[in-house]
Amino acid sequence: MFPEIFETRPLRIWIDDGLEWIVINWGDGFEAGAYPLLLLLNSIQKFLLSVPWWLVILVLAIAAFAATRRMTLPIIVVVSLILVGVMELWEDAIKTMALMIAATMTTIFFALPLGIAMSRSRILQRVVAPVLDLMQTLPSFVYLIPVVMVFGPGKVPALIATIVYAAPPLIRLTDLGIRLVDKETMEAAQAFGATPRQKLFGVQIPLALPTILAGVNQTTMMALAMLVIDSMIGAGGLDYQVLQGIGRLEVSRGLFAGLGIVVLAIIFDRITQGFGKRLQERIGLSGQNQ
Amino acid sequence: MSADPVIALKNITKIFGNNPQAALAMLKQGCSKEEVQAQSNQVVGLHDVSLSVNEGEIFVVMGLSGSGKSTLIRHVNRLIDPTSGAIEVNGRDVLSMNMEELREFRRNDVAMVFQNFGLLPHRSVLENVAYGLEIRGLGKSIRHERAREWISTVGLEGYEMSRPHELSGGQKQRVGLARALAMDSDVLLMDEAFSALDPLIRSGMQTQLLSLQKKLRKTIFFITHDFDEAIRIGDRVAVLKDGEVMQVGRPEDIVLRPANEYVVDFVRDVNRARVIRVGAIMDSSQTQHCDVAVQNTATCEDVLPLFAKYDWVGVKDSEGRRVGIISVKIVVAALARHH
Repeated sequence: MFPEIFETRPLRIWIDDGLEWIVINWGDGFEAGAYPLLLLLNSIQKFLLSVPWWLVILVLAIAAFAATRRMTLPIIVVVSLILVGVMELWEDAIKTMALMIAATMTTIFFALPLGIAMSRSRILQRVVAPVLDLMQTLPSFVYLIPVVMVFGPGKVPALIATIVYAAPPLIRLTDLGIRLVDKETMEAAQAFGATPRQKLFGVQIPLALPTILAGVNQTTMMALAMLVIDSMIGAGGLDYQVLQGIGRLEVSRGLFAGLGIVVLAIIFDRITQGFGKRLQERIGLSGQNQ
Repeated sequence: MSADPVIALKNITKIFGNNPQAALAMLKQGCSKEEVQAQSNQVVGLHDVSLSVNEGEIFVVMGLSGSGKSTLIRHVNRLIDPTSGAIEVNGRDVLSMNMEELREFRRNDVAMVFQNFGLLPHRSVLENVAYGLEIRGLGKSIRHERAREWISTVGLEGYEMSRPHELSGGQKQRVGLARALAMDSDVLLMDEAFSALDPLIRSGMQTQLLSLQKKLRKTIFFITHDFDEAIRIGDRVAVLKDGEVMQVGRPEDIVLRPANEYVVDFVRDVNRARVIRVGAIMDSSQTQHCDVAVQNTATCEDVLPLFAKYDWVGVKDSEGRRVGIISVKIVVAALARHH
């Protein structure tokens, strides 16, 4: 047995009581603060459910073509999404899609400025990097429980937990992308008298965009992966069907819903990757350097 | 030469490290750079460099890698701040400028061309050439119009909409040159501008620069590691070694009278016939009339064919006055001089 050096019980009690105190006193405030998040999610979901199913498929197929300039991906999109509909999973798929899109959008909103700030400040990078490591390695249940306690079960804690899990790669890749911008190109911008703002928007962000897009791709994929866990706290969607399938030992239900998730993952992965590649070719970075 | 220099670098010392002032104090006490580096762990990049560049001349700083030449050129537009010394461009003290004044100065007074081009890969050639004007805040139609003019001046018509990665090295540097020229600033900084190019392309770019310079008369501060390039395009050349100036002079001064062993090493392989101008070696005690005469700016190579027929020919200055004669003996002596 490891010897007891000092008593840890007071520390635990202090943490638990502290959280409880926060829930009681600030719970409403947190919920109100997260309201915009709920609003975003609900409006995306409402919108996607209000447009006809074929329009959703059409738009995704067009996006797939725009990203890859080939017919393969659009065909896969159309066929697989129709299959999802046939399996009576359309509404759940839309809910999952809405969660993923809302999570990705919110993540971009927070991660992009943070990544940019990190690239400009060595101190901030030193501070944030270990926090990102923590966010990626800490088992999600550990923060899922307090988040549920504060916000109550439902979509909002699911979204927050997803953002915590999915944000690190985007933050890191934004930081990295900006740091990797060719030094001489930056020097040229400086030599021509560019202001820091002109350098950021005219040189750094455009040149880091392929890397940033790789981060967005990672974020969407991690968000999708996180949704299964989210379904346990009431996120709904395909993942809830998976959860129910497990609970009722209905293998078919879990399998079909699971395949639906795979379909969404493939579609969004390939579309974001395709855009990233096209962007890279446009810049001529495909071979790196110059 | 009586006019004030356009670029004046005065006693520039640059020390890299976390405590440059301590190293500077050591240098002032007369320690050598090696001693400074060993004792304080600071690297002396430039030591007491003073150069002045006159209006309308191509001033070349030649040095091998590690000589501090790239550091030096970055002092002119203050991409690098000196540890001590003064920098004046067009009579203005560059070091006293605040950030906004410095940006204004970079936008209007100095343009720069980079070794690896420093182009914006996500923009077309047209937008790259217009970049400096965009930074300056010019409207789109004006800056595109000016950019088009410079693109055609450097011979890149038809490539306006191409992206940098679709161009060859020589074409990329033409874009870099056009981008700098579009700024219409008096001072042009060229940092190893042609060093990344193939020899043939490089020589073509040198020719193009010289012919452009005849029209534009800019003040060009040119950095190179190539001695032949330096003496070919330079009106004056400074040889830099380990952060110190070894010699400054016109190309033929350096070739004819290298200041020390280090410079001699470079001069040895130079084709002297191409560098030495007859004006520098002629016999100016004799100005008698003759049928054939050459300009005093002609090179030895230029007069050699005449010697198939004549033992000596006259030399005249730019106004056609007789200023001396040049004979086979003089030329051979100048070409054969070995150290």
